[in-house]
Amino acid sequence: MSAIELTEDTGRSRPSLTLWVGVVLVGLHVFIALLTVVWTPYDPLGMTGGRLEAPSWAHWAGTDRLGRDFFTQIMLGSQIALVVGAGAVAIGGAIGVSLGILAAFASRWLDDALAATLDILIAFPTLLIAMLVVAASDEASLFTAILAIGLALSAIVARLTRILAKRVLLLDYITAARTSGTSWPGIVVTHVLPNIWPTLAVNFALQFGLAAIAEASLSYLGLGAPPPNASWGHLLQEAQGTVYTAPIGAFAPGLALVILVVGINLLADGLRDFADPTRSARR
Amino acid sequence: MPNEGLPILAYTLRRLVILLLSLLIAAMVLFVLLRLLPGDPANALLGVGATPEQIAAARAQLGSDQPLASQFLHYLDTLVRFDLGTSFVSRASVLGEIGNRMAVTIPLTLLGFLLALVIAIPLGVVAAVKSQTWYGWLISVVSQLGIAIPVFWLGILLVTVFAINLRLLPSGGFPLRGWDNPGEAAVGMVLPVLTVALVIAASLLRYVRAATLDVIDSDYIRTARALGSGFTEALVKHGIRNGSVPIISVLGIELASTFLGAVVVERVFTLPGLGSMLLLAIQQRDYPNLQGVLIVSTLLVLLIGFAADLLQRLVDPRLRERARGAA
Repeated sequence: MSAIELTEDTGRSRPSLTLWVGVVLVGLHVFIALLTVVWTPYDPLGMTGGRLEAPSWAHWAGTDRLGRDFFTQIMLGSQIALVVGAGAVAIGGAIGVSLGILAAFASRWLDDALAATLDILIAFPTLLIAMLVVAASDEASLFTAILAIGLALSAIVARLTRILAKRVLLLDYITAARTSGTSWPGIVVTHVLPNIWPTLAVNFALQFGLAAIAEASLSYLGLGAPPPNASWGHLLQEAQGTVYTAPIGAFAPGLALVILVVGINLLADGLRDFADPTRSARR
Repeated sequence: MPNEGLPILAYTLRRLVILLLSLLIAAMVLFVLLRLLPGDPANALLGVGATPEQIAAARAQLGSDQPLASQFLHYLDTLVRFDLGTSFVSRASVLGEIGNRMAVTIPLTLLGFLLALVIAIPLGVVAAVKSQTWYGWLISVVSQLGIAIPVFWLGILLVTVFAINLRLLPSGGFPLRGWDNPGEAAVGMVLPVLTVALVIAASLLRYVRAATLDVIDSDYIRTARALGSGFTEALVKHGIRNGSVPIISVLGIELASTFLGAVVVERVFTLPGLGSMLLLAIQQRDYPNLQGVLIVSTLLVLLIGFAADLLQRLVDPRLRERARGAA
């Protein structure tokens, strides 16, 4: 039995399901995040029950140590995760794509310098760079978390953009465009960006998941958005102290985060097959 | 090209130059970032209620009243001499404190990484070779889940199961006298090491699986099989060396993430390692400690990358050729 045929088989049959499951999982979070803007089951800051109650019909995930409804907090966590994810990817994407394009078009010397700097930055895990940026800001807030994670992601995006753009620049029709006198901003807009956009979009989706994890980690370490922002990382950090009496608190917010990240990763995998149908879905 | 005869030596030298340049750039970035930190180090040193004269004196002592360029030169000079100063808070030598905390972080990182390799390599190969069976599929699904799980949450879950429900292991902490009591210290390390290892293994496994799939699909395996080798024989004889090249290149990055994973896991298990030192330094605005931890971590990360690149060149002679062609 040859393994080659079989990987091709799975490559053909899996993508639609992958994409579909991803859309449902991410859609669930988007729905909850939008819903919490107008409605939550309980007042997120109000005492709505006893302290550290076990899950019940009234409180699906029990109550926290201040008697607040925990399910409401987890729902609000969707908002923070999505806002930080989107904000960080927007910042990282804007800086990263600009730098990457600049490096691809720059003189050899500038390109080498940028490439070397990016290589160093990439060697550092996203979270460490984000911690540095938070440390360098006045106090931790939702915005510093977004900025920190966005800056950390920008190195990854920049390196990818540079590689993709350089590959496009080698193609014959770019030479044709150059000889016919198209300016380099013109080449970027008409030829480079449309060519690299699909791959970048898939990468942005993956970065979104990374950003959500990084946000939770920062909040867990006490470097994220301060309370009353109900970040999942912060909820987990508080719940760790009460894990003996209310184990659900140490479980539910993490599950919400994992559902979001798995959904995003599946969505990215599904999108990749749209972006590049020749690539098998095995990675 | 002058390096025709000794490509690996020439490569090592060039990579060494890049390493030193990287260190310089990293030192500059850290210098700028730390000078950007709001608040005056002199204030952080003296605390609230210091008189302007005391602050001026502290600035003179710290050198923060000097122009930035001379501050930078002084800073480079101290780095070269490995003089990281003394903590604002505890007045202890930063390098000494880092050394003490390495006794926790380095074993945690290395044991976690080794365990991750032991888990990821066999499972990744199985997941690729048996990709059409249910257990090959299961391994892939579990690793997909694994990369979505933040390391600190896995730590909390393991504590809930092994420390609270089963009462097998401590939920955190480390003996005050460190490794003087090796038994107690080792018991305290079990859950943290497991936490780091599982998270890194999930991400490593995907690389191993992808590399193995590439090997299985490759022409040389088909040729070897056509020449009469069994599948396993062909895989072992030709696959390991070829398949390990892309793996080695990610090992460097994975080892660096293990190190950072260790930093976060230390918080979950309240271990007195570099990670807790870093967090404490951020909270207390303890600039010398902050700078020291960052510089030592940077050095470690860059050295890991250097070692990974060299190892990759040693394993794959084709890369040496390509590097020469590109230069």
